[in-house]
Amino acid sequence: MKTVEEINQKIKKGSAVILTAEEIIDFVKEKGTKRATEEVDVVTTGTFGPMCSSGAYFNVGHSKPRIKIGGGKAYLNDVPVYTGFAAVDILLGATAVPDDDPRNAVHPGRFAYGGGHVIEELVSGKEVRLTATAYGTDCYPRKKIETRIGLADMNEAVLFNPRNCYQNYNVGVNLGDRAIYTYMGVLQPRLGNANYCSAGQLSPLLCDPLYRTIGVGTRLFLGGGVGYVVWQGTQHSPCVPRTDLGVPKVPGGTLAVIGDLKQMEPRWLRGTSFKGYGVTLTVGIGVPIPILDEETLAHTAVRDEDIVAQVVDYSEAYPQRDSGSLAEVSYAQLKSGEISVNGKTVPTASLSSYARAREIAGILKDRIQKGEFLLSECVQRLPSSDSGIVFKGLQEKPIRLKKAV
Amino acid sequence: MTTTKIVLRFPPDLTDQPVTYNLIKEYDLMVNILRGHITPKEEGMLVLELTGKKKQLDRGIDYLAKLGIETQKLSKDVRWLKERCTHCTACTSLCPTKALSVERETMLVDFDKTKCIACEMCVAVCPYEAMEVQF
Repeated sequence: MKTVEEINQKIKKGSAVILTAEEIIDFVKEKGTKRATEEVDVVTTGTFGPMCSSGAYFNVGHSKPRIKIGGGKAYLNDVPVYTGFAAVDILLGATAVPDDDPRNAVHPGRFAYGGGHVIEELVSGKEVRLTATAYGTDCYPRKKIETRIGLADMNEAVLFNPRNCYQNYNVGVNLGDRAIYTYMGVLQPRLGNANYCSAGQLSPLLCDPLYRTIGVGTRLFLGGGVGYVVWQGTQHSPCVPRTDLGVPKVPGGTLAVIGDLKQMEPRWLRGTSFKGYGVTLTVGIGVPIPILDEETLAHTAVRDEDIVAQVVDYSEAYPQRDSGSLAEVSYAQLKSGEISVNGKTVPTASLSSYARAREIAGILKDRIQKGEFLLSECVQRLPSSDSGIVFKGLQEKPIRLKKAV
Repeated sequence: MTTTKIVLRFPPDLTDQPVTYNLIKEYDLMVNILRGHITPKEEGMLVLELTGKKKQLDRGIDYLAKLGIETQKLSKDVRWLKERCTHCTACTSLCPTKALSVERETMLVDFDKTKCIACEMCVAVCPYEAMEVQF
């Protein structure tokens, strides 16, 4: 048994042994779990994929004279932001698109620009156009503002993502007879292709499937800078079917994360366009896993062949919220370039970048090795497989209007 | 035998010339039309794959130039913006000629210009605008 504190002492001394979630696989094969647990202190993970529940909030500073953007309307490069906070705090969501963007008017629509792209531009050091209108008050008399603004001009710029790092995901296919435009990419008719979206054996929550080390307070690599887990992510669903190793076979847990946008880099926060679907943000995240005991280590050594995902039809089953899997396939199969569904060989492609996930795990390993990044103790565990959490659908109820008195 | 893929742009007054016929008949070239956009009295565009003896191929392209038709190698019109590519691989399963492919060991994407037929499938599915086709 090791503690996070002991591991941090070794990191500071420069004697900690750190491997990536890929490297640990062969290491365990060679040395066995017991010896590997004694020798290895940290395993680094990584993922780089489109994560729609992402966004950023900004305090843009007070103009002279003052304007109360709060409760008014505001845009960054024509992308609408949420203004329902204090006077100059605004929130930008990754999937927001300009009102009436002509590029999206004709089906399927390009969705070339939106919230994710604004975030990428800001992180690249570019200025964007802030426009706002307000109703004006005695203390905030101004009703209109138009200005250029960059991250350096803002008091705070914080990336805050209510759901990232999905622990496993569906494989999208199309059983219909026309191409469909989905968040799983363009899916060709009659099982023309299959798209998946996970870093598999490198993915943070697949390497700590029961959330034994990753929890509220965990420090992580976020968009090139430093971030923290602040809560379980939305739709966190830990009580799903799992393999013998504890790895969810369907989308399971998620993380809500936060970090200083001003420290981040455009390489790890990319505006993303899904033709016919919308825009989003591709986020780079890497989580270090402290090797506290044999069980933690065994979990990090999970291999693509041991992680399975469900093949789901996005032409009918998904939109109608019908459950059911057409096939169960492993990430080793998905990464080979083809899978078999209903007796047909279907070419596969990924939406998340395994190459970039590997790069993130490597960068995080390097930062820890240099003593630039220390591990944090999680201050509250995330709800796990024993929590009894049920993932609810929306039950529609009739609305009864109150009679006027 | 040599094969080349070229983009032809011809002015409105040449759209009535039997260019393809002449390339086959006079220069003994195999012509595979990959794309075409020809409307009367407007600038026309053709993407051709030409196969033949090197000498005949050069003479054929010379003939097009003399007619006043601009030609350019297709590979110049299709660009993989490597710095924009995240190597997600979304394009690779749909690329009909495997011009875009994945090196399975590294999971890195590679683009072989010589295999590209400019179908633009990749342009539609790339989430990062890393593929550019300029006609």
